[in-house]
Amino acid sequence: MNKLTVSPSPHIKSSQTTKKIMWTVVISLIPAGIAGVYIFGISSLNVIALSILSCIFTEALVLKFRNKGPKAVLDGSAILTGLLLAYNLPPQTPFWIPIVGGMVSIVLGKQIFGGLGQNIFNPALVGRAFLQISWPVYMTAWKNPRWWPDAISSATPLAKEAVTNFSYMDLFLGNRPGSLGEICVIALLIGALFLLVTKIISLHIPLSYIGTVGIITWVFGKEGFFKGDFIFNILAGGIILGAFFMATDYVTSPLTKKGKIVFGIGCGILTAIIRLRGSYPEGVCYSILFMNAAVPIIDRFTKTKKYGLIKK
Amino acid sequence: MKKLFKEFFKGIGSENPTFRLVLGLCPTLAVSTSVINGFGMGIAATFVLLGSNIIISLVRKSIPDQIRIPCFIVIIATFVTIVELAMKAYAPELSKALGIFVPLIVVNCIVLGRAEAFACREGVFASMLDALGMGTGFTLALLLISAIRELLGNGTLLGFLILKSFDPVLYLVLAPGALLVIGLLIGGINFLSSKRRSA
Repeated sequence: MNKLTVSPSPHIKSSQTTKKIMWTVVISLIPAGIAGVYIFGISSLNVIALSILSCIFTEALVLKFRNKGPKAVLDGSAILTGLLLAYNLPPQTPFWIPIVGGMVSIVLGKQIFGGLGQNIFNPALVGRAFLQISWPVYMTAWKNPRWWPDAISSATPLAKEAVTNFSYMDLFLGNRPGSLGEICVIALLIGALFLLVTKIISLHIPLSYIGTVGIITWVFGKEGFFKGDFIFNILAGGIILGAFFMATDYVTSPLTKKGKIVFGIGCGILTAIIRLRGSYPEGVCYSILFMNAAVPIIDRFTKTKKYGLIKK
Repeated sequence: MKKLFKEFFKGIGSENPTFRLVLGLCPTLAVSTSVINGFGMGIAATFVLLGSNIIISLVRKSIPDQIRIPCFIVIIATFVTIVELAMKAYAPELSKALGIFVPLIVVNCIVLGRAEAFACREGVFASMLDALGMGTGFTLALLLISAIRELLGNGTLLGFLILKSFDPVLYLVLAPGALLVIGLLIGGINFLSSKRRSA
């Protein structure tokens, strides 16, 4: 029943709806949220709640202003945006950071383009980029996991000044400072598996994205030519969250399989370049936004053959 | 007389260079980080606009059509030089803050556009009013944009701290913030005028 592939025509009628897809993605993100709250303590639940509430409230307000029915609020897209935004924030922020982020996400990321389906950029990432540029101090105040001796912030594993050595197991389970929802790789993978099983997403974008980052950081990594620590680069930072949950957003990713692979590779190259050579420690957010802007071009050059058309 | 008034007011309202014609965005984006800079830029551009419009309208019959743009540029550059030297002498700080954007008024689309579209066709008095109107419109637009950006992006207005215990939105004083503010203002103005037209 749940078998919807977003692709060019021909299409077949199915019982899948936007609402169902959105809620499925929300459910798939819950394990990572539980892990984040468990690792950083109950106060990080505030960030998630405020972000979601801000998104829903803003969406309702804008829809009222645009004379659209209040029903559209419940299609789950605002909740999903709020959830993804919260997962991209540090676990402890001033209370207004997620609120402003939610408003920016919905208004500037989505509604200003005409609402769901018209947005060029991933709304949650628009909100995050705005916050990152506007208040860099709050957006990089990482909190340590609550069982660490020093409770206040330290650098994420990717930061150039990071001193702590993290084992792969620490990174895999999320025993490190970082954004709220990106740290626990295993929880994210459980959610991603759920999305793959329900056929909400396909593996094209995540695999090409993660693979490209892996190859580039292996070849050009800071440890030396062909000696880079690619496992570290894949596990640390937000690639798993970005590749499975944000780069695969239907509206802002290419339609065809070929296009998806191009999109994933582009995201991977940009992320690796920002990480290795850029001034920011992490580049997942900006590289996905960059590639979002390139989606119309990718779609144009990866058109599929028209159904029933005979090749001359 | 009524027609002449219209020439003046169209630059402020219906043909506002920033919000309606969307000309001269380069200096608008660059200098609207603070109200002082925006105001200085507006006044400088208005002076150049006024001078060049008057002179071009005076000599419009003797400028050969084929080389009119170089002629305009020479006239405009004369006034830009005056502004630049005067600014360096009497407002050195403003001159430092505006930097390259004062000499760049030479190729400002608004100044060239008015020379090309108005001054080389109309009489001196009409051209003068057109220049004053366009200059005022440009200055008002710059004041509006820079007030928003300075207040929210820096918490100050004309250099005075207005918003205390407020974390300024750094985004707005950076280049993307200018694009955002201008875009939202243009959108808002278009929305309001379309509403008025349909009502």
